[in-house]
Amino acid sequence: MRNLIDILDLTTSEIDELISVANDIIESPKKYAHKCDGKKLATLFFEPSTRTRLSFEAAMYELGGNVLGFSEAQSSSSAKGESVADTVKVVGYYADIIAMRHPKEGAPMVASMKSDIPIINAGDGGHNHPTQTLTDLLTIYREKGRFDGLTVGLCGDLKFGRTVHSLIGALSRYNNVKFVLISPNELTIPEYIKKEVLEAKNIEFVETASLDEVMPELDVLYMTRVQRERFFNEQDYIRLKDSYILTPEKLLSAKKDMCILHPLPRVNEISVAVDSDPRAKYFVQAQNGKYIRMALILKLLEVE
Amino acid sequence: MMTVSSIENGIVLDHIAAGRGMDLYKALGLDELSCLVAVITNAYSKKMGRKDIIKIDAEIDLNLDIIGYFDPNITVNIIKDGVNTKKPKIEPPERIENIIRCKNPRCITTVEQELPHVFKLTDRENMVYRCIYCESKAK
Repeated sequence: MRNLIDILDLTTSEIDELISVANDIIESPKKYAHKCDGKKLATLFFEPSTRTRLSFEAAMYELGGNVLGFSEAQSSSSAKGESVADTVKVVGYYADIIAMRHPKEGAPMVASMKSDIPIINAGDGGHNHPTQTLTDLLTIYREKGRFDGLTVGLCGDLKFGRTVHSLIGALSRYNNVKFVLISPNELTIPEYIKKEVLEAKNIEFVETASLDEVMPELDVLYMTRVQRERFFNEQDYIRLKDSYILTPEKLLSAKKDMCILHPLPRVNEISVAVDSDPRAKYFVQAQNGKYIRMALILKLLEVE
Repeated sequence: MMTVSSIENGIVLDHIAAGRGMDLYKALGLDELSCLVAVITNAYSKKMGRKDIIKIDAEIDLNLDIIGYFDPNITVNIIKDGVNTKKPKIEPPERIENIIRCKNPRCITTVEQELPHVFKLTDRENMVYRCIYCESKAK
């Protein structure tokens, strides 16, 4: 039985396979409409989410399966003090696969150690969010046709941004990927990612506080939100939230085929005026999230 | 100069970094023993300048993983009939369980009941241990 807790649980060939299945689902959705007939996905969301939960649910429905679960901890037994281990043990009697979001880091790993059915980590605090990374990878692949040799700019909150950490880990396994890390000094990428991932693998990267200076060299620009919920201090959040705001003017120096990604939700870090730019791919990215989750559910349920 | 007598049967932990002897004493649970235990701090050392030493006047089972995590350069001398019989090789353990606790306030170990605190060695050269759940560095 397989789980997906960290994006690195998947080999690059498994990721290639998931991307290939997702592309086939996009081409021929009817072929997949009954693949999960009679199967149930439990969405255990101990923390609010719109996109991730709904895309998991839509993914399962489009595969012919059903969905049960809860969307906040208050409506589950965890409000009464039930452990993650007990919750997943019980849910295993009612469902075939679990997608779990939890504010505590490592909760899905604890779940995977106790569960009798596959666990998908749908986000654990500021730690991992592997299905977002799969979504990002599918979008980059569909837009650029490759991973090798890309210059990828990551902009905003690189300290707490779990999507950024996972994406760096995933892309660092391909050849000649260069990272441009754009953030204010207070929100730079953690030292351990620099040392244990980038430097350990001899991957080219630069750190800068200026988006304008590096814009012309980027093939992909991955924008992130400065997340209020990751700060213990409200004043720090207010001071840093408007560090980068992407506008049509800033995009004048960008490559014509650069693609702009964002895991969403955005607050104000991408101006609404950018939405009509053909390089803006963040809504396509959200749509791709459903297809790659369909591919993942099929893989973990071992459905042919 | 102060002298502490030799032991006939027991264990001597030598080459402990100066000032860390009491921490190791507590980490190994030596405060729970009923035998004679001597903690010598700031002893002269040709190699280290100053060092701490612990002498245990009994043959007990020591958790070598704790010593390996604490400092793999510590020497463990097993004394039998006044003779140093063997020096087990001390290595940093690949995995430690319930020796230290995860300090990350966002880690699942802060709320999940009876969950063991497990760390794995992720960087041997720099002795970096990370929580297996949240991957925070051990402090």
